[in-house]
Amino acid sequence: MKISRADVERVAELAYLDLSEAELEMYRAQIDEILEYIGKLNELDTANVAPMAQVLADDQSADATLREDVVAPCSIAGEILKQAPDPEPPYFRVPKVIER
Amino acid sequence: MTAAWTIDGVREALAAKKLSARELAADFYRRIAERNSELNAYLTLSEERAYSQAARMDALVAAGKPLPALAGVPIAIKDVISTRGVRTTCGSKILENYVPPYDATAVERLEAVGAVILGKTNCDEFAMGSSNENSAYGAVRNPEATDRVPGGSSGGSAAAVAAGLAVASLGTDTGGSIRQPGSFCGIPAMMGSYGRVSRYGLIAFASSLDRIGPFATNTRDVAAILGVIAGRDSNDSTSTTAPVPDYRAAMEKPVKGLRIGIPKEYFAEGMDDGVRKKIEAGIELLKKLGCELREIHMAHTDYAIATYYIIATAEASSNLARYDGVRYGLRVEDDSLLAMYRKTRGAGFGAEVKRRIVLGTYVLSAGYYNAYYLKGQKVRALIAQDFRDAFRKVDVIVTPTSPVPPFKLGERTNDPLQMYLADIYTVTGSLAGVPGISVPCGKICGKLPVGLQIFGPAFGEASVLQLAHAFEQAGGGSL
Repeated sequence: MKISRADVERVAELAYLDLSEAELEMYRAQIDEILEYIGKLNELDTANVAPMAQVLADDQSADATLREDVVAPCSIAGEILKQAPDPEPPYFRVPKVIER
Repeated sequence: MTAAWTIDGVREALAAKKLSARELAADFYRRIAERNSELNAYLTLSEERAYSQAARMDALVAAGKPLPALAGVPIAIKDVISTRGVRTTCGSKILENYVPPYDATAVERLEAVGAVILGKTNCDEFAMGSSNENSAYGAVRNPEATDRVPGGSSGGSAAAVAAGLAVASLGTDTGGSIRQPGSFCGIPAMMGSYGRVSRYGLIAFASSLDRIGPFATNTRDVAAILGVIAGRDSNDSTSTTAPVPDYRAAMEKPVKGLRIGIPKEYFAEGMDDGVRKKIEAGIELLKKLGCELREIHMAHTDYAIATYYIIATAEASSNLARYDGVRYGLRVEDDSLLAMYRKTRGAGFGAEVKRRIVLGTYVLSAGYYNAYYLKGQKVRALIAQDFRDAFRKVDVIVTPTSPVPPFKLGERTNDPLQMYLADIYTVTGSLAGVPGISVPCGKICGKLPVGLQIFGPAFGEASVLQLAHAFEQAGGGSL
């Protein structure tokens, strides 16, 4: 077994994801099977391979150097706030963070 | 259905005043009203926006002014691509009422040259799936065989074009989500190289893999749309400044002598016999066209699915952290902030999305990062190297798009790993960042479409389109 129920619980906690009892068990079994399959990568010796962290080669990348940090106007703050479940313009309101 | 509209057909009809852009849009909305309750290809229609754009095109005609490249062409947009003022759900309950305050660059560029945006198409939730059955708004039916899936994740974009409910559409491809539904619905469908089309406004699934690309009824229209949406965008630092060639001109070049690589590893066990016969007939046709066929090896092909499902889920777990009930989308109330996050995400995401968040968080978590994520990045480098090595010997690579023809709705939903394994021929090119197209290659028993996939080297879209066009013109679609 590659992944335990406690592992799934820990990961769900890291991802702030409520999972039901049934989901915990289902994902544990399915992800166990997927990790078992992924294990085939260990057939490959990659000790001397550099990880591919990005797709574009340096000469293809337009932003090989950093661009100037220029202030540009943006007038859609009101529209953005309208999408919030609980807006208090110009703020987003959330439940109390600091416990008494 | 009457003969399919093409981009040129629309422009000529408008210029000759055979019909107005408004009448054309209205005609497409009539077709949608007739077929959509069965197919479920569209989630949201944007009539107001479409008719005001059509009016602008009709005014150009009335004034005798030149018409832009996509004047009046009715186009559908996958619902993971942002459209200002038009609801964009990503096929998820968590964004059920989300209305983007800005347009994706690809959408902006289409409209700037006259395209009429009809509406938003159904897809797997956050583009995660290979059958469109992971949409929170119900599955899409394949117009070619309505008991079958249209493929995924851009199933609605493929079905809309195949059913004549749009002249063309935009989809997104992360591991095959443009090419496989194109194959399943019997139409050409293309992803350009990573960096070719701006991702600005594409709601992210896996940022190092996601690409926007076109579906159309023919390869010339695919080339025209790719030409419009391609090119540098200062809002996406991964979009390149590489010049955009005139794809339509380039694709007319003769293919005689073109060197085609046939990778042995893509013809191993697991391929449906009907698919195999069609692809073999397709390769015979390429030989008749005077192409030079060479057997090649791509040694790490068999490791691509495992690599893909590490990288894609890791990036997804990070990208989807933004759905927290604070700035947009669903919120499930609770007195505590953290409980609000947990409940919102637990209630708002569907089963496949949660599965990928759990897997992706796991492969990135302390103690497992090196064993999974870093290992995945290293094998990704080997897969990309396979492609670079191959393109030193050949101009393009030809493979099947999918090992299986369109399957029945509900047939594969209970086994996620089996569903993932069907992405075997498409994820390789996604990991390598190269361009790829799926072109129709006949139908099994005259009913189930098969797609032939063509890969080119990075920024070699012109060669890909050149071969796809020659194959189409030579009757590849009716093999």
